[in-house]
Amino acid sequence: MYETITYLINNGAAWITLNRPNTLNAFVSKMNQEITHAIKTASASDEVRAIVITGAGRGFCSGQDLSEVDEHMDHGEVLRKHYGPMIKQIYQCEKPIIAAVNGVAAGAGFSLALACDFRLMSDRASFLNAFVHIGLIPDSGNSYFLTRLVGEARALEISVLGEKIKAEQALSLGLATKVFPADHFEAEVQQFTERIASMPTKAVGLIKRTIKAAGNTSFQDYLEEEAQGQRIAGLTKDHREGVQAFIEKRKPVFVGK
Amino acid sequence: MKSYEFIEASLSDGIALIELNRPAQYNALNRTMVREIVDAVESFDRNEEVRVIVLTGKGRAFSAGADIDEMAGDDPVRLELLNQFADWDRLSFIKKPIIGAVKGYVFGGGFELALNCDLLIAASGTEFSFPEVNLGVMPGAGGTQRLTKIVGRTKALEWLWSGSRIHAETAIQHGLINRIVSPELLMEETMKMAKQIAVQAPLAIRLIKDSVNKAVDYSLYEGMQYERKNFYLLFASEDQKEGMTAFIEKRKPDFKGR
Repeated sequence: MYETITYLINNGAAWITLNRPNTLNAFVSKMNQEITHAIKTASASDEVRAIVITGAGRGFCSGQDLSEVDEHMDHGEVLRKHYGPMIKQIYQCEKPIIAAVNGVAAGAGFSLALACDFRLMSDRASFLNAFVHIGLIPDSGNSYFLTRLVGEARALEISVLGEKIKAEQALSLGLATKVFPADHFEAEVQQFTERIASMPTKAVGLIKRTIKAAGNTSFQDYLEEEAQGQRIAGLTKDHREGVQAFIEKRKPVFVGK
Repeated sequence: MKSYEFIEASLSDGIALIELNRPAQYNALNRTMVREIVDAVESFDRNEEVRVIVLTGKGRAFSAGADIDEMAGDDPVRLELLNQFADWDRLSFIKKPIIGAVKGYVFGGGFELALNCDLLIAASGTEFSFPEVNLGVMPGAGGTQRLTKIVGRTKALEWLWSGSRIHAETAIQHGLINRIVSPELLMEETMKMAKQIAVQAPLAIRLIKDSVNKAVDYSLYEGMQYERKNFYLLFASEDQKEGMTAFIEKRKPDFKGR
């Protein structure tokens, strides 16, 4: 059903694999649309409790396919029509999204990873904010997320100098959640995903909502957002299960509701 | 409670609830449905048990607008004779507070219906829009007037000409809505607000609405005179005596609506 990605549901997780390996999974507008659609589908699906985005082959995503770019292209419109909706869909998603960065993530591919909640990196993977090398600025939400992750000074260095960031360096910068050896990267990603998919999904979504509010609203509004979030979480089955398991001194079994 | 075809109406603890009930059509408003809404609102307005009226929609959207199929073939003469907007006019005569709880899409006629509410609470993610221009027409149930009175002509023209979607965050900045709440808690938070108003002296609530509405149409001078008369009028109520006595006696007032 998709041409540029594959979409698979396994053990409560939706796996979105960018599937243009010959181009290191470069973006074409079709891929923007298909990722947007896949995220929307996964967000609405009751059986999905975690979403993984990864790349087929050697790379994660090499950014915009430059063969699609010509002198008549209106770069602003491309963002409004294709990249913006995709990043917005990811940003609005209340399920945990894991970027499994198996190889290079450059340009908009780096932005895609930044928009996710967790970045698991193979020790052979790297980030590259490549935009400046072709006379452009980081796009697809890049500076919004990067600034929040590493602060303005670091974001500026990464964006203006455009140097390759290796996995270990990404970890120390706070850009990577975890780094795994390339040999057992897939198994580690699988394990991490299963852990996330067995968490109290509604509460995880509300944590995402509240953290976003923390960065975007006044303290007064944040406190109200927090109260509403806790009210909603307090009504979930998983909250009751968590409390019950604690009393019975056993591990909770969450169902995501 | 009377039963309706396109809406559901219920009453509990002094709060009347009207729910648009065409969820498969995103609560698109047809003429019968508008009449039902107005009938229900009017009957609650006359019902002494009712202190606040809450208006919402079942399903994902408040209302995606008017039923286009119904009007596609209309001509001016038929519209004049039909005089459908007279039903909408009746909404402006409602004396009791109407709180709208909106979510999803609030478009066209649905937006006009929302603008007829006194207070609006929106679920986060709610989008408002007047898309009529895309169909070669314009709002006809007060949209151009009510929107402009609230946000001013600059934004009103922009939104009415473009048909663009107004996000809840923008709507709140322009004073179109009172609050944005989590979608899961839309009704719970709306009912909390309704209860806060329901315990106040109903006559005071009523004459406050009456006076505030006059501020939209009257000159400041006339509005001030009108307000004064309403203020004096409340001193004829039992609730004024009860309210002030309770204040002096340091206890909670028990308002009867008399």
